[in-house]
Amino acid sequence: MREVTYRDALREAMAEEMRRDSTVFVMGEEVGYYQGAYKVTRGLLEEFGAARVVDTPIAEAGFAGVGVGAAMTGLRPIIEFMTWNFSLVAFDQIVNNAAKMYQMSAGQFRVPIVFRGPNATAKQVGAQHSHAVEPFYTNVPGLHVVYPSTARDAKGLLKTAIRSDDPVVFLEGETLYGLKGELPDEAEDETIPFGKARIAREGKHVTVVTWGRPYWTVMELAKQYAKEGIELEVIDPRTLRPLDHETIVESVKKTNRCVVVHEHWSFGGPGAEIVDRVQREAFDYLDAPVLRASNLDIPMPYAAHLEQKVIVDAARIRETIQKVLYARGENHG
Amino acid sequence: MSSKEELLGYYRQMHLIRRVEEEAARAYVQGKIGGFLHLYIGQEAIAVGCEAALEKTDFVITTYRDHGFALVRGTPPGAVMAELFGKDTGCARGLGGSMHMFDGPNRFLGGHGIVGGHCALAAGVAFRSKYLGSSDVVVCFFGEGATNIGGFHEALSLAGLWKLPVVFVCENNLYSMGTPLERTMPVKDLTDKAPGYGMARDRFQGQDVLEVKKRLGAAIERARTGEGPTLVEIITYRFRGHSMSDPGKYRTAEEVEERKKSGDPCQIARTKLREMGVSDDELTALDANVEAEVQAAIKFADESAPALEASMHHFVLASDAANAAGHEGEAS
Repeated sequence: MREVTYRDALREAMAEEMRRDSTVFVMGEEVGYYQGAYKVTRGLLEEFGAARVVDTPIAEAGFAGVGVGAAMTGLRPIIEFMTWNFSLVAFDQIVNNAAKMYQMSAGQFRVPIVFRGPNATAKQVGAQHSHAVEPFYTNVPGLHVVYPSTARDAKGLLKTAIRSDDPVVFLEGETLYGLKGELPDEAEDETIPFGKARIAREGKHVTVVTWGRPYWTVMELAKQYAKEGIELEVIDPRTLRPLDHETIVESVKKTNRCVVVHEHWSFGGPGAEIVDRVQREAFDYLDAPVLRASNLDIPMPYAAHLEQKVIVDAARIRETIQKVLYARGENHG
Repeated sequence: MSSKEELLGYYRQMHLIRRVEEEAARAYVQGKIGGFLHLYIGQEAIAVGCEAALEKTDFVITTYRDHGFALVRGTPPGAVMAELFGKDTGCARGLGGSMHMFDGPNRFLGGHGIVGGHCALAAGVAFRSKYLGSSDVVVCFFGEGATNIGGFHEALSLAGLWKLPVVFVCENNLYSMGTPLERTMPVKDLTDKAPGYGMARDRFQGQDVLEVKKRLGAAIERARTGEGPTLVEIITYRFRGHSMSDPGKYRTAEEVEERKKSGDPCQIARTKLREMGVSDDELTALDANVEAEVQAAIKFADESAPALEASMHHFVLASDAANAAGHEGEAS
């Protein structure tokens, strides 16, 4: 085991897959000579050359579509969006082409492509640069939607994504790149399967399902709760589509309480999907309504103090957990 | 092959497309075909002339007006008709329909329903040729209506920048649905857009199959020899409406009749064949041969099993493991 950042874990995954398969290439804005806007592709140009680490003009719809065409005919593109915010101008390529080609052609054309890049709020970048896009893409049959919270998951899931024969929307937490985590040695070639949630912490009082940056907030809260004698069971779905609802439901059957914490806006999305699953499949086990803690349902403001009010934080998460525990007051215990 | 035999072959293909489309229109009225149905009648010389200039290993991609392209690429008429009828034996097993015909083995990359959305796919397939060092060329068809949308421009932008082996062919049938060209574009010659992408251009009338073959052949050759993409505008005319639901109020019946009289690609080829010494009897026999093929296609489609419920569940994701993990929309 060794300590590696989330950013470098992603880079390792790409480099290793590019070494083992010559059809894998990376394409996007500033991925080559600039070494990546967030430095995720650092060093790849030097090792693999400009034919496989392809800088593009600012043309998301264009290069996303180029990726889909290349994938239809035998290559395995990794398309980097500088941020997922910019994927919205390539939405047609992802939804109408990548996700539908296999079905429309009755299996004659597969689209083994990974779209990846940073997702969700950063810091004071305003309404257009703060999207959490998982609700958009999880609504599309024909896509996998992956969202690693840890460095180890980032690497193992990205390797699986690159080897997948289907289009994968790979969401990276914009504020997680610098986070360090333990990784197995490169020789182990660890891949992590889609559709298998990770129980990050075992507990018996409340199941908390979370991913992305709020995952880390919840893990910190869990330590505090433990001191108060309350054990949270924290589940990270790792892939939002397919969603491992069995693991979540089994956990709720044990804890009888569930809170979902996410950074996407509260209307619909995978957060609401999980609530729906739990109420349907664990109804008789529930001792409280299933609640969610999320960003406020308004466009992201610029001013720091306002932004902090919109983003889901420890206080809001705690308040929500208190509610399902039927505990009164801000400070439980 | 003599030039007479060659043209006979092209005429046969054009006539086959014509008859398949006429029968599709009839079947649509009979309720055997649902949804949208965009016919290729009047534009046949373009698909046939292009195919004549291509290798079988090259790729073709087009819009929702795609039946003719499937046929020239080698999809059996029965599989085209069965797709329209929503049958399991269709070229996309009844999942695609009129707008989404595909033929993997024949390298037909499909009919696509979002205007301009497939242009970047063509650039991507051409990128694959360059990446693999292959000489496969891609020809991408679209209507003049696509030349105002972003997808078209981004595709040309990248193809020009990277000198990709692709030919972008605009089939300008003068009306983007019901709106004539002069109301959608500030320039008359849409290949004026090519220089901005550093790409070659060509522009010509597309009712004569031999002319189409010659001119597209030159663009395909440029692509194959590494000289990069070409933007080609082929001026043509559709004899039917934009789709079956088009009342055609934006043009006069006289205009359509005049075009049919002066610019029918099948008639132009027939006239040439007669000049080459082909007898009326030979042409009649050839037409009868096509007719038998079309009737067999209809019979095949009629008698085929409907598209399978299993197909619609199976063809969602290629990775079976993901299917097994289950995010299917069961009753809730």
